[in-house]
Amino acid sequence: MLFTSYSFILFLCVLISLYYLIPKRLQWKLLLLGSFVFYFFSGWSNLLYILATIVSTYFIGLKIDELNRKQADYLKENKEKLTKEEKKLYKEKIKAKQWSWLLACLFFNLGILAVVKYTNFAIANINSVLSIFRMTELSFVNIILPMGISFYTFKTMGYIIDVYRGKYEPERNIGKLALFVSFFPQLVQGPISRYDDLAQTLYQEHSFEPKTFSFGFQRVLWGYFKKLVIADRIVAAVLTITRNPEKYDGIYVLVGMVFYAIQLYADFTGGIDITIGVSQMLGIEVKENFIRPYFSKSIEEYWRRWHITMGTWFRDYIFYPLSVCKPMLNLSRFSRNHFGDKIGKRIPVYTATLVVWFTTGIWHGSSWNFIVWGLLNGIIILISQELQPLYEKFHQKVKIGDTFGFRLFRIGRTFLLMSSLRILDCYRDVGISFKMFFSMFAKPDLKPLIDGSLLKLGLDMADYIVLIAGVILLVSFSLIQRKGSVREMLSAKPAVLRYSIYIVLFFTVLVFGAYGIGFDSNQFIYNQF
Amino acid sequence: MKKKKIISFVIVILVISVLTVLLQKLLMPKYMTQIVEGALTKEYYYEKNKDHDVIFIGDCEVYENFSPITLWEEYGITSYIRGGAQQLVWHSYYLLEDTLKYEKPDVVVFSVLAMMYNEPQREAYNRMNIDGMPLSLTKLRMAKASMMPEEDLITYAFPLLRFHSRWKELSGEDFRYWFKRDQISHNGYLMRVDVKPVGRLPSPRLLDDYMFGDKAYEYLDKITELCKKNGIELVLIKAPSLYPHWYEEWDQQMVDYAEKNGLLYINMLDDLDEIGLDFEKDTYDAGLHLNLSGAEKASKYFGRILQSRFNIPDKRNDEKLKAIWQEKADYYYKMEQEQYEELEKYGYLLKFNMKRNEENNIKP
Amino acid sequence: MEELLRILEELHPEIDFNTHEHLIDDKILDSFDIVTLIAEINDEFDVSIPAHEIVPENFNSAKALYSLIERLKDED
Repeated sequence: MLFTSYSFILFLCVLISLYYLIPKRLQWKLLLLGSFVFYFFSGWSNLLYILATIVSTYFIGLKIDELNRKQADYLKENKEKLTKEEKKLYKEKIKAKQWSWLLACLFFNLGILAVVKYTNFAIANINSVLSIFRMTELSFVNIILPMGISFYTFKTMGYIIDVYRGKYEPERNIGKLALFVSFFPQLVQGPISRYDDLAQTLYQEHSFEPKTFSFGFQRVLWGYFKKLVIADRIVAAVLTITRNPEKYDGIYVLVGMVFYAIQLYADFTGGIDITIGVSQMLGIEVKENFIRPYFSKSIEEYWRRWHITMGTWFRDYIFYPLSVCKPMLNLSRFSRNHFGDKIGKRIPVYTATLVVWFTTGIWHGSSWNFIVWGLLNGIIILISQELQPLYEKFHQKVKIGDTFGFRLFRIGRTFLLMSSLRILDCYRDVGISFKMFFSMFAKPDLKPLIDGSLLKLGLDMADYIVLIAGVILLVSFSLIQRKGSVREMLSAKPAVLRYSIYIVLFFTVLVFGAYGIGFDSNQFIYNQF
Repeated sequence: MKKKKIISFVIVILVISVLTVLLQKLLMPKYMTQIVEGALTKEYYYEKNKDHDVIFIGDCEVYENFSPITLWEEYGITSYIRGGAQQLVWHSYYLLEDTLKYEKPDVVVFSVLAMMYNEPQREAYNRMNIDGMPLSLTKLRMAKASMMPEEDLITYAFPLLRFHSRWKELSGEDFRYWFKRDQISHNGYLMRVDVKPVGRLPSPRLLDDYMFGDKAYEYLDKITELCKKNGIELVLIKAPSLYPHWYEEWDQQMVDYAEKNGLLYINMLDDLDEIGLDFEKDTYDAGLHLNLSGAEKASKYFGRILQSRFNIPDKRNDEKLKAIWQEKADYYYKMEQEQYEELEKYGYLLKFNMKRNEENNIKP
Repeated sequence: MEELLRILEELHPEIDFNTHEHLIDDKILDSFDIVTLIAEINDEFDVSIPAHEIVPENFNSAKALYSLIERLKDED
C-alpha cells in the first residue's frame, strides 16, 4: 500500500476513526493489527519475513535478559564465596554467551536481508569473474525484496544490540515488540527509530487532542504537496535525462543533477512528513529525520542533517564499536609505534569511516554505483577533515569571515557536491556515471537551457511554472522554519487566514498533484532500500 | 469556545465541498464538440418528459442509426436512445437499470454488436458512458464492472480525481459549459447529414474463436432477466452498419439466444433492400454509421415492426405529447437545416472537425 | 585529570575544557575527535571505553569524561 494510493487514504480514515473510538487500552493493539493489514497489502509473503525478524529478536532479547538475571542471582548467592577473579571470570562467561546469542540474532536477520537484497548482485559479480575464465554463468534468482526490509531490520537490530549492551530491558510482550518493528507509518521508508525513543509513545493511551491532530494533518498535507506536486512531476524529466545518457550529456547532466536533488528531497522528506504527520494524528511522536539538509555548509554537516536516523544508526552501531574495539586500539598503538603518531592516530578513524560508508552505500542499493557513491562520500569527508587546518590558516590570512555571501557560497558548494555524487544514483553503471559527470566539463554548451530543449524532457511550460512555484514555496518554508515551527506561527494568525491557507494547500495538492491516469504512479524512491 | 470551533469546522467542510463541486464541474470534459457522444449519458437526465414506449441501449449502432423523431412522426411511438460510445454489454445493463428508476418502457431494444467484446476496451469510453450518470450504487457497480486495471473506483464517485490534470488544457468551452450544456442529441440520436459513400470494405479477418465471451453473455442474461422481471419486451437488434463485420457465427448465436429466451432478434443487414438503404448516400463514414437519411429509413422500417409486433399505440393525438414532440421536431429540423447550410458553406460539419477548423481558422 | 585536560587541549587548543560543559551539544567534539580521544585514554589510563558509553552525558565536559574513566577503572 503506497502512501499515495487511494487505499492508503481509506485505510487511514478507518484506522484513525476506530483508534479514537475504541477503549484506549486497545489502541496499541489496533495499531498492531493495522500495521499487519498495511503490510499484508504489499504482499502476504512479506509478512513471513517480518514475522521471522520479530520472533527471533523477541526470543533472543529474552534470552539475553535471562542470562543477566542468572548472573545477578548467582553473584548474589555466592557473594561471600567468590573471589574477585572468579566473579570476573563468571561475568565474562555470561557475556560470552550473550554475545553468541546476539551474533546469532544479527546473522539470522542481517542474513535474511543480505539474501533477499544481495543474492543477485553477488551472482552478477561472480558471473563477471566466471566469464573471464569462460565458464558457464549462474542464473539469477527471482526474489522480491519485501517492502521496507532494510528499515525494519535496522530498527530491530538496533534494539537487540541495545538490549545486549544493557541500555534497556527487552520488551516482554511480543505484540508490543511486533508493533515497534512493524509500525505502519515507518514501514515504507523509515525513519529508523530507536526503541527507547518510540516504544513508550507507541504503547501509551492517547486521547484526541484537536491541536496535535490538526498539526499532524497539516504535516501530512504538506508531505503530499511535496511528493505529489513536486517529486512526482519532476521525475519525468529526471528519467528522460538519466535513461538516455547518449542523447542527454553536457549541460543536461547538470540539469538532471539539480532536478534529481529536488525530486529526492521532495519525495523523501515528503514521505517522512506523511509518516510523522500520520503518527502525530495518532498522538505518537516520531523523531525528525531531516533538518533542512540543503542548507548545510559542509558535506559532514549535510550528513548530520539528512536522513539523520540512518546516520546515527551507522555511527552508534558500526562506527564507534569498530573504532574503539580492542583489536583496533591495538592496531592503532602498533602503527603509532612503527609509523609515527600521525598515521597511527588516523588508522581507527579511517578504517571505521570507510567501513561505515561502504555499508551505507550497499545499504542504499545492491550495485557498484552505490558502493562507489558511499566510498566517495567517506573519502570526501576524510579529505575535508584533513584540509581543515589548511582552511583555518587560509581564513586567518584572507579575512572573509562569516559573511552572508560566504555562507551562501558554502551552501551552494555543498549542494553541488552532494548532487554530483548522486549522479551515481541515477545512471545504470559506474562507468556511465563518471562519463556523464565529466561530459559536463567537456561540453559546456549552455544553449539547451534557453532554446526550448527543456520543454522536450517530459515537462511542459505549465509543469515548469508549477515546479518553480513549488520550489519557491519549499525554500521559503525552510527559511521561515529556521525561526521555529511554521505551524505554531500559523496557529497564532487569524482563523480565516489560517483556514484559507489550508484550503488552498488542499486544492493545490488535489488539482496540481501528479497522480492518477496519465501520470506514472511512482513508488517512494526509498521504498525498496 | 468549543461551539466556535465546531462552527468553523462546519464552515471549512462546506467551503471545501462547494469548491470541490465547482472545480469538478469546471475540470470535467464537456464533450460539446468533436466527440459529442461523450455527452449522451448525461443528456438523458435533463430530459423533462421521461416516459417512453421504447428505450434503446447500445453503442453507436443505436445512437447513429435510429431517429426517435421519425418513430414519433411515422408511428406515434415515443422513444429514447440510451446509447454511448463503445457501450459494452455491462454498460448497457447498468444504464438500463438506472433508466428503470425513472420510467418503465414497453419495449427495450438492445444492439448486439457489443457482444463481440468480453473485456473493457478503453478507459476513455468508460468515462464517456459512466461519468454522465448521477452518483448511485448502480453507477458504482457499473464502474466496477467496466474498469480497466489501471483505474480506480473512487474516481467515478469523485471524477475530479481523474480529471484534475485537465487544468492544463482548460479552454473557453470548459467555462462556457461550466454549469449548463447544449442539447446535442434528439432523444439520444446524434444527427449527421454529411455523406461519405462506402468504398471498398476490408475483407473480414478470420477469428480464432467466434464464441461470444462469458462476461458478455452474463450481462446479456442480466438484461433479459431485468426486462422479464419488469414485464418489458426485449428486442435484440443488429443495426444495418456494414462495419465492423457481423459474422455468420455471431448471428447464429444471437438467433439461438433469442429462440431460447423467447425474444425477437432482427438482423437488419438481412433486409437492406427492404429498408431501402443506399450505401452510396446513406452513410457519413463509409458504412460504419448511417447519416440522417439512412437513420430515417432504418427507423421507418424498425418502427413498423415495433408497432405491429408489440401493439404500441399511436399517441400522435395526445395533446400534451404532441406539443412536447413538436418542440423536439422543430429543433431537429432546425439542426438539419443548419448542418446542410454548413455543409454547403464549408464542405464539412464544423462541430466534428475541430482540427480542420483550426487549420482553416474558423471559430464555430 | 591533568592528563585528560592535556589530551583534550591537544585536540582543540582554542577551548577551555575546565569550564566548557556542552562539548557534544555544541558540536565541538565530533565523532573523529571522540575516537582519537578514546584511543589516547586507552594508552594513558589503560581504560577501554566501550562503544555504548559513547553518549553525550559522558562526553559533554572534561569532568564527566573523567568520572567515566574513574568508574570504568573501578569496574575492572
